[in-house]
Amino acid sequence: MFEALQQWLSGWMWDWLAILITLLIQAVVVILPIMLAVAYLTYAERKVIAYMQVRMGPNRVGPYGLLQPIADAVKLMFKEIVLPSQSNLYLFLIAPILAIAPAIAVWAVVPFAPGWVVADIDAGVLYVLAIASITVYGVVVSGWASNSKYAFLGGLRSSAQKISYEIAMGFALVTVLMVADTMNLSKIVEGQQGGIWHWYLIPLLPMFVVYFIAGVAETNRAPFDIAEGESEIVAGFHVEYSGMAFAVFFLAEYAMMILISYMTAIMFLGGWLSPFEGIPLLETLFAWVPAFWWLALKVAFLLFVFLWFRATFPRYRYDQLMRLGWKVFIPLTIVWVFVVMLLHYFKVGPWFN
Amino acid sequence: MSFAQLVFYGFAGIAVLAAVMMITVRNPVKAALWLVLTFVSAAGVWLMAQAEFLGLVLILVYVGAVLVLFLFVVMMLDINLAEMKEGFAQYLPIGIIVSLVVFGLIYLVVGPEHFGLDKTGLPPVHGEDYSNTKAIAVPLYTQHAYAFVLAAVLLLVGIVAAIALTLRRRAPSEALYQDIDAQVRVCAEDRLTMVKMAPEVEPDRVEQGEAEEKRS
Repeated sequence: MFEALQQWLSGWMWDWLAILITLLIQAVVVILPIMLAVAYLTYAERKVIAYMQVRMGPNRVGPYGLLQPIADAVKLMFKEIVLPSQSNLYLFLIAPILAIAPAIAVWAVVPFAPGWVVADIDAGVLYVLAIASITVYGVVVSGWASNSKYAFLGGLRSSAQKISYEIAMGFALVTVLMVADTMNLSKIVEGQQGGIWHWYLIPLLPMFVVYFIAGVAETNRAPFDIAEGESEIVAGFHVEYSGMAFAVFFLAEYAMMILISYMTAIMFLGGWLSPFEGIPLLETLFAWVPAFWWLALKVAFLLFVFLWFRATFPRYRYDQLMRLGWKVFIPLTIVWVFVVMLLHYFKVGPWFN
Repeated sequence: MSFAQLVFYGFAGIAVLAAVMMITVRNPVKAALWLVLTFVSAAGVWLMAQAEFLGLVLILVYVGAVLVLFLFVVMMLDINLAEMKEGFAQYLPIGIIVSLVVFGLIYLVVGPEHFGLDKTGLPPVHGEDYSNTKAIAVPLYTQHAYAFVLAAVLLLVGIVAAIALTLRRRAPSEALYQDIDAQVRVCAEDRLTMVKMAPEVEPDRVEQGEAEEKRS
């Protein structure tokens, strides 16, 4: 569809302009639903946590409070952005952009259904890992530029935390690559064809757990939200931010949450594949469900787990968090890389052949 | 101008500009951030040259990890900018001489006469099934396996040295060490003793209670 548009455009304008316009339209088509999903994820978070704590949650704006995210967005847009004196003005304003730009750029390679992907590149996993590792700059720069002790502490904590958990995350992905024999995200999903017992979840169960928990730490979510830690350092890196600048940090955080859920679903839960493939009766019964819905369902469940974590666990102490990352996850993943290597070499079981 | 050229010149221009800013900016934190921009645009240029593995690893390793640690250290330095500017004019001539010498050396080795399409020929354009990751991995693990393992050992020695230098063991009496395994293994029986005892009732209270009952 987009190729036809590009060809039609290049018929009556410069080639590079036609490509640029097509790319822009593609970007909007991907980003707009994600931003909408982010808005309603905040609503879902408030509702889910409220019901877990026997409260009602937002229920005033619109039916069941469904217009609450829009009301919040309008409120934040009209709020004043306070610029702290003695802060580094340019970096202070660039920091939210540094946080959200990678969180959006990552979506360029994420497939939503067979063929529904902006750039179907071969190094997809590497691209996601590389771009996601840049998100740390938003937090670090905002912490330094705010000229505030609390913000600075938050920035330092976050930088150390993200680097530590990226290693475990990378190793967990390496095992997936070894099983799938490719770095292309669409091909990883296709490799899991053939019912729920062919998903990488089963042979790589420990890696699934490590990846998801490291993902929670990467996105600065509770119980690993020590970069914010309102009981110790007020609100960490974004104490000095207000209005839309503050909201942009949240957009980035929630977009990354959705991304981690997508990646987990694609890598370990068979992406858009139906769990009933190969089961005689159920397969035909659920054949009408579009591929994207299965992926959306899995992502929604993983996002629910994110919210569930937040409502359940108390915040980790900083040294406990570092211990978990370095002394538990990294040795575990290294050992598992060798286990998968041996299984792959000796062609064990239904997965490694 | 094709789209690829537009993107290439965009990345190349940003890379040069950011590199110049990196060495001219006074504030070390800002210099580190300009270096980040230089790396990112250099990675973009590599991607354009079909070296997607190298480009992405440059971002993943240098931008995502090494420079974050740089920033981590640089941000915590308490640098007096006025003090740093002192003596700038005094050292300027020496600085100019040194930089001219270095420039001359680099020019001799990688000057324009060594490059050009007539010297190197057109770079090969790879097909769609070309994988940069495999193109790097296969020679690395076959032809250069020996050097690769040596480099890995060297890095391991570096890690061990860095940890050995910073590791301080203190006597258990000096510091409070937390043994998390022991904490996890603790169960209620180790800490809590339930004691059964007969209820103790103070005699005068009982009388008072009876008196109140009568009144009501």
